[in-house]
Amino acid sequence: FLSHCLQAKMSRPVQARRLKGVEKNIWVEFVKLAATYSKVNLGQGFPDFPAPDFLTEALMRALARENHMLHQYTRAFGHPPLVKVLAQLFEKLLGRELDPMTNVVVTVGAYQALFCCFQALVDEGDEVIIIEPFFDCYESMVKMAGGTPVFVPLRPNPPKDGKLMSSADWQLDPAELASKFSQRTKAIVLNSPNNPLGKVFSRGELGLIAELCVKHDVLCISDEVYEWLVYDGKQHIRIASLEGMWDRTVVVGSAGKTFSATGWKVGWAVGPDRLLQHLRTVHQNSVYHCATIAQDAVAQSFQRELMLYGKPESYFIQMPKELQQKRDWLVQSLDGVGMKPIIPEGTYFLVADISQFKSDVPDVPNSDEPYDSRFAKWMVKNKGLAAIPLSTFYSEAHKNNYTNFIRFCFAKEEATLKAASDILQKWKQEKTS
Amino acid sequence: MFLASRNFCCGGIRTCQLRTDLLSRSIKHSTSATMPFRHKNTRRIEGLDSNVWVEFTKVAADPSIVNLGQGLPDISPPSYVKEELAKAAAVDRLNQYTRGFGHPSLVKALSQVYEKVCGRKIDPFTDILVTVGAYGSLFSTIQALIEEGDEVIIIEPFYDCYEPMVKMAGAKPVFIPLRYKNDGNSASSADWVLDPAELANKFNSKTKAIILNTPHNPIGKVFTREELQVIADLCIKHDVLCISDEVYEWLVYKGNKHIKIAMLPGMWERTVTIGSAGKTYSVTGWKLGWSIGPEHLIKHLQVVHQNTLYTCPTPLQEALAQAFWIDYKRMDDPDCYFYSLSRELESKRDRMAQLLKEAGLKPVIPDGGYFMIVDVSTLNVDLSDVDEKQPYDYKFVKWMIASKKLSAIPLSAFCGPETKKQFEKYIRFCFIKKDSTLDAAEVILKNWNKQ
Repeated sequence: FLSHCLQAKMSRPVQARRLKGVEKNIWVEFVKLAATYSKVNLGQGFPDFPAPDFLTEALMRALARENHMLHQYTRAFGHPPLVKVLAQLFEKLLGRELDPMTNVVVTVGAYQALFCCFQALVDEGDEVIIIEPFFDCYESMVKMAGGTPVFVPLRPNPPKDGKLMSSADWQLDPAELASKFSQRTKAIVLNSPNNPLGKVFSRGELGLIAELCVKHDVLCISDEVYEWLVYDGKQHIRIASLEGMWDRTVVVGSAGKTFSATGWKVGWAVGPDRLLQHLRTVHQNSVYHCATIAQDAVAQSFQRELMLYGKPESYFIQMPKELQQKRDWLVQSLDGVGMKPIIPEGTYFLVADISQFKSDVPDVPNSDEPYDSRFAKWMVKNKGLAAIPLSTFYSEAHKNNYTNFIRFCFAKEEATLKAASDILQKWKQEKTS
Repeated sequence: MFLASRNFCCGGIRTCQLRTDLLSRSIKHSTSATMPFRHKNTRRIEGLDSNVWVEFTKVAADPSIVNLGQGLPDISPPSYVKEELAKAAAVDRLNQYTRGFGHPSLVKALSQVYEKVCGRKIDPFTDILVTVGAYGSLFSTIQALIEEGDEVIIIEPFYDCYEPMVKMAGAKPVFIPLRYKNDGNSASSADWVLDPAELANKFNSKTKAIILNTPHNPIGKVFTREELQVIADLCIKHDVLCISDEVYEWLVYKGNKHIKIAMLPGMWERTVTIGSAGKTYSVTGWKLGWSIGPEHLIKHLQVVHQNTLYTCPTPLQEALAQAFWIDYKRMDDPDCYFYSLSRELESKRDRMAQLLKEAGLKPVIPDGGYFMIVDVSTLNVDLSDVDEKQPYDYKFVKWMIASKKLSAIPLSAFCGPETKKQFEKYIRFCFIKKDSTLDAAEVILKNWNKQ
């Protein structure tokens, strides 16, 4: 009997079923490739310029203080100074009163806030609408929660005058979107400004989504980590401030993106207590606390920004200004060599159409791997330039719909962007000679 | 159109009531105020919302209260640990993402330290995962390896998160208590033992894992080799995994040795061993921990990690790596922090025990860790008039906080439902506290009997 039990046990895989379908992660592969081959890394999304002085100085000040309780546990749902200043800031931004204790939860990066959302709110059998292209973790997190991802694409409508496309030209088809809502739809994930395209959803587009959420009683998980990186005088509109949305939306944000310090892993969720209470339950049963001293320094940085809000020295104003210049510079470089960039309205990512440029990388018939993925791998190995294939941001079923685009990150020093441009120029010359 | 109304209670000390109405979806509403809202929590977190810490850290937050409750040091971490963090944050690239499964310099340092301790090769990239505290390691391990239909054996009393984490994974916790064998006058953590026959009975074909915690929180028991062998034999016989929470591994007092169950024959391949920077370096607020084990288990924890928070903070990991290198180099030296902290705590332990005895309480002297449990029944404090339907120790601690300005944690918080009666005469004190805190506790305890 015992050996029969053991046999049955041993024939079963050791890992839990919830890991099925979420084992692969493209970053593991592409980060390794970049580390091995790249001379210029415009792949993974992190700045190669320093985090602002005021952030690191805030950490140094915290360290210099004799208060060694900063090295011990703080309040589990968020260090009091941080939740207080986040509540103050978001009160301003959302136009409503917020309780720092119940309307804000601090997490280990926006990534963990997303995890808490899905674990707290998505049950087996629930459907979650994801807009393609999407930041890849949404799909795997929905699956791990036992949910079913339902995809709806942004479709490109290129301008008729042959000008370069903007991320605004990629749009949802309203009828197609409406058709994705069913009895089983639990939530829709919105990411604006959007990674990888850089799209900043307009008030009209958000209104459409909001109407459907209200009509079908669906939640909205709103990933707004790039909320401050918006260009050309555009405005980032928060869907939670639209009619009927506050009560059904969790807004996710990131200190890593706000303050160019992705390695600090401080994020948050803002929303109504009746949703956040469930995120708190997940949080207290998974990581429980976040690092105290990092939260303290981020709180101090937000206090600075709150004081400088709207003023030219505000980091929220300086950062997008600087990044817009870098965006424009990269757009020019890419256009100059025959890659067609889609001008992003926001984020620090830019997607370019490589169909005119792709001759070097041969087509492999019957290959499972989408063209852009092979192109990106070939490029990093042979030209030392790292970028991420757009197919990465699509579901398995749709990976081959857009295979001629790659994503560049332009949150880089001038020297890095120049080096990228040099590689591309040289490459173009080699092709034409 | 149909209406269904549902009431449910959140489990635990506080009850709340939510009513959800289901309305036909064809009705369009334009305002949220009277909007039907069907959204409640997912099944996986049903009943997991209450938490002893949330309740007691609030109560003890009053600065006039001498806080010996929650397990956090009020002593300073070693200065080099803080210095290394300052150095790390000054390096630009260390403020950006690092390797998801663990910052390279940290996993390399950990592999060196533990290779020395274990006497076996540990691959830093496949055998180690860095997590957000040991708490995060427990979560990653349980999510990776435990699922609906599984049973997980938990030894009581237990660090309270084991039970909700096992439940959140859809599995069934199976409890077995440590029992006090009355051998004589001295009450030591070694007097608390598992009954081998009782333990063996808990294993069946559904048993996926057993959670071991040594040195043990809250009792401070350091499991002996023989005791570990009994557990190991059962794990091997029933092909069961072992999740070994060893966060207090360095805090072991004279006459005791911390033994890693993963080093027993047949155990490496089925054990995940968990450690904590917070407990090793007195930096609980850094929230860095690690899981060490064979690749065929760790790889599944890595999958959970890449789908939950992806990477841990870089500058903290770098600083920790440097601190480990400093202590690795002096692992044969008594000045190594791993040993000096233990010596410092042993004298605090002894002082605490003395004070408690003088106040008429019966402490259980721990062989390891920084907690001490105390039998308060000897005081005969009558709390029968206190209205709440809580176990005696909860009422006692609240009374003690209010009337004596001293806080502790009730032991029944660390028990399954069947054993609460057995443990409700005990409370837990934390003694990793600076001298002035212990001085303040001394004043209270010396004046205890004066009213």
